[in-house]
Amino acid sequence: MNKLLFALAFAAALGTVAVPAHIAQAQAKDSLTLGFTLEPPHLDPTAGAAGAIDATVYSNVFQGLTRIDETGAVQPQLAESWDVSDDGLVYTFNLKTGVKFHDGTDFDASDVVFSFDRARAEDSVNAQKQLFAAIETVEAVDPSTVRITLSRPEGALLFNLGWGDAVIVAPESAENNKTNPVGTGPFKFARWVKGDRVELEAVSKDQPLQKVTFRFIPDPSAQVAALKAGDIDAVTNLNAPEAVLAFESDPGFEVAIGSTEGETILAMNNTRAPLNDVRVRRAISHAIDRKAIVDGAMFGFGTPIGTHFAPHHPAYVDLTETYAHDPEKAKALLKEAGAENLKLTLKLPPPTYARRGGEIVAAQLAAVGIEVEIIPVEWAQWLEQVFRGDDFDLTIVSHTEPMDIGIYARDKYYFNYDSPILKAVIARLNNTSDPEARDALLAVAQEIITADAVNAYMFQLAKLGVWRKGLDGMWRNAPVQATDVTGVSWK
Amino acid sequence: MFAFLARRLLVLLATLFVASLAIFVVLEILPGDPALLILGIEAQDDTLAALRAQMGLDRPAPVRYLTWIGGLLSGTSGISHTYSVPVFELIGERLAVTAPLAVLALLLSTAVAIPLGMFAATRRGRPGDYGVMGFSQIGMAIPNFWFAILSILVFAVALGWFPAAGFPGWEAGVGIALWALVLPAVSLALPEAAILARVTRSSVLETLGAEYVRTARAKGLDERRVLWGHVLRNALIPMTTILGLQFAFLLAGSIVVENVFALPGLGRLIFQAVSQRDLVVVRDVVLLLVAVVVVVNFLVDVAYAAIDPRARRAG
Repeated sequence: MNKLLFALAFAAALGTVAVPAHIAQAQAKDSLTLGFTLEPPHLDPTAGAAGAIDATVYSNVFQGLTRIDETGAVQPQLAESWDVSDDGLVYTFNLKTGVKFHDGTDFDASDVVFSFDRARAEDSVNAQKQLFAAIETVEAVDPSTVRITLSRPEGALLFNLGWGDAVIVAPESAENNKTNPVGTGPFKFARWVKGDRVELEAVSKDQPLQKVTFRFIPDPSAQVAALKAGDIDAVTNLNAPEAVLAFESDPGFEVAIGSTEGETILAMNNTRAPLNDVRVRRAISHAIDRKAIVDGAMFGFGTPIGTHFAPHHPAYVDLTETYAHDPEKAKALLKEAGAENLKLTLKLPPPTYARRGGEIVAAQLAAVGIEVEIIPVEWAQWLEQVFRGDDFDLTIVSHTEPMDIGIYARDKYYFNYDSPILKAVIARLNNTSDPEARDALLAVAQEIITADAVNAYMFQLAKLGVWRKGLDGMWRNAPVQATDVTGVSWK
Repeated sequence: MFAFLARRLLVLLATLFVASLAIFVVLEILPGDPALLILGIEAQDDTLAALRAQMGLDRPAPVRYLTWIGGLLSGTSGISHTYSVPVFELIGERLAVTAPLAVLALLLSTAVAIPLGMFAATRRGRPGDYGVMGFSQIGMAIPNFWFAILSILVFAVALGWFPAAGFPGWEAGVGIALWALVLPAVSLALPEAAILARVTRSSVLETLGAEYVRTARAKGLDERRVLWGHVLRNALIPMTTILGLQFAFLLAGSIVVENVFALPGLGRLIFQAVSQRDLVVVRDVVLLLVAVVVVVNFLVDVAYAAIDPRARRAG
C-alpha cells in the first residue's frame, strides 16, 4: 500500500512538471461532464445512505417540498409557501401547480402523502427514517394543499424535508427509481452505463445545460489526468489535496475551496476507562495540534474546529481555544487523573483524513505519554466494531450529516455520551422553531459538549472543487451532499 | 484420450463444488452487515430489519447456500444488494469489458514475447540476448499501475492520443471502444510479456541442446525449419503452462489496472462489491474466476495432451 501511495505521489509530482495542460477539443457549450470518486449503488435517494446517490440526483432529478441551497438555508421547492400553526404542530404547504413527473404524470398532494407515508411505513427502508419521526399524519386537503400534523413540535422540520431522503416520488414509478429514477426536477434520467457514467438530459429547452454526465473515476490521480486531458470539465470534490496546488497555478482551471458539513473528530469511547474520566478526554483534546493535522494530512485544506458544528453556520461558536495545543497541560491532566503510561487503540476507517490524520494524532498523543496502537479497518468493520459493537477506544471519522449535533443526545450512540443537561437542551431545540432561539440553544449545546470534551474536535473537511474556467454557478460549499447543476452554465 | 478427458472433467466439477462451499463459508465469516452499509449510521433498527428481510438475509445459512447453488444450476441469478439488478446481467456487462481487455493483453504479450524469447535464445550471450533480458527484467520490475499512470500522463494528458480514463461502451463503435482499451491492455501486457519472453528463452535454450535438434541439423534442415518446426513445438509445454496461468491472472488481476483507468470491468465490480458487502455479487464473481482458472487449467492439460502424446497416458 505504501508503494502505491508513493507511486501516486510521484505521478502527481510528475504531473506538475510535465507538459502544460492539454485542452482537448472545445466542449459544446450546453453539456457538462463531472468527475466523481464514488459511483452510486443505485439512484433512489429514499432507499440508501450513500452520498453518491444524492450527489447525482438531488435537486437535478428529484425535488422535495423544500430544498437546501448553497448556504445551507431552506428554500421553497415543490411547496411554494407554508403556514405553521402557533403551537408548531400543524404545517400547511401550498404546492406548486402544473408540475409534471418525467413520465408525464401530474404532481399533486397525493404524491406528497404517498412519499411521506412510504418513508414512514413499518417496512420502510429509508435510511433517515428519524427525519419523519415527529410526523403524526400527512393529509391532502386538496390537490394543491398538504397538511402535516406533528405529534410534538419539530423545529427542524422544514430543513429535514429538504433532505434527499424526503424527495417526492410518484406511486407509479417509485418501485423502479433505483434503476430508472422519475422525479420532478429540471433534469431527467437518460441512461446509466454501470461502472462508468450516469447521463441526465434537460427537460426544458430553456435549461442552459442540455446534457449533464456524471463520470465515475475512482482513482484521484486518474481524475486529475482526466481533467487535464479534457475528458471531464469539473471535479466537485477532488480527493487528492496534493493535486489541488497544481491546478491553482493553471490558468485553464478554477479552484474553489469551500466547506462541507463534515466535522472530522477524534471520537472517544466515553464509557470505557480511563476515557470515562473527563480529565483524560480533556488531556487528549489538549494533546492534539489541529493545525499540524490539517497541514500534514490535508495539505492545509480544512478549518480547525473546537466543537461538533460547522464553522460556516451562523450559530457556530469558536471554541478552538478551549483546548489549545498544550502538551504540558495534557501531561498534567493525565497525571492528575492517574492515567499515566496510557495505552489506547485507534481504529481508522479508509478515508485519507482518517488514515493520514491518524498517524499524526498517534504521534501527538505519544508526545504526552499515551501509547496508541493504530488499527486500520474497512468501512464494514468500522460499522460493526466501532459504530455498533462498542469495541474501540479512539477512532477518527467525519460526521457529514448536516446539523447533527443532536446525535449527542441519543442513547447508546457509539461514543456513549450521556448528559441529562444536553438532552434537555436538544429537547428544547426540537420544540423550538424561532430561528434566533434555535441558534441560541445550538450555541449552548456546543458549549456543553466541548466542556465535557466528549470527543476531540479536529477540523471541518474542505470541499476541493476544480473546474474548467468559464463554468458558472457551481456550488463552492456542500451544505448537503448534492451536485445541484440546475443553475450552472458556461459563460 | 476419452478416459483422460472424463477424469479431468470430474476433477473440474469437484473443484468447483469445493470452491463454492469455501466461498460461501468465507463470506459468512467476513464481518460487516450489508444492510448497515446500505442504510448508513443513521439507520434505525426496524429499518435495518426490514431491509435484511427484503434481501433474504434473515434466513438460515444452509438455506441460502442451497438457494444460491440451485439458482446457479437453473440459470437464475440473485439480485445484487446494491445495484438491485440480476447479478448475471451485471457480470455480463462487465465481462464485455474485461474479457476483450484480457484477450487483447494476452495477444499483445504473446506477439511480443515469443519472437523476443526465441531471438534471445538464438543469440545467447550476445548483445541481442542481453538487450532482451534487460527489457524483460525492467518489464517484470515495473508495477503495472505505475506504468499505467505514466502512460496516461504521456499518451493521454501530454499527447492527447488516447482518453485518460473510462470506457465509451461498445455501442459507441468497436473502433472507439478498442481505442480506449489500448493503454490498459499495454499496461497489463507488459509484465506478462516480460515473464513470457524469459520463459520462452530458457525453454528454447533447453530444447536447442537436445539430441533430436542435433539430428535435425545433421539431416541438413535449414536453421529456420529446425527452430520453428522442432524446437518451438517442444518448447511449447512450459510456455503453455505460463500462458494458461497468465490468462487467469489477467482476468482476475485487472483490478488494479481497471481502477487506474476507471474501466467498468469485472475487476472493479468485485472491488466495489467487496467494499459494499454486496455478497451476492462477490460470490458469483469469485466463483466465475475460479471456474475460469479451473477451465483454463483443464484446457492447458488438454493442450499438453495434444502437444505431447505421452501426457495422455500419464494424466
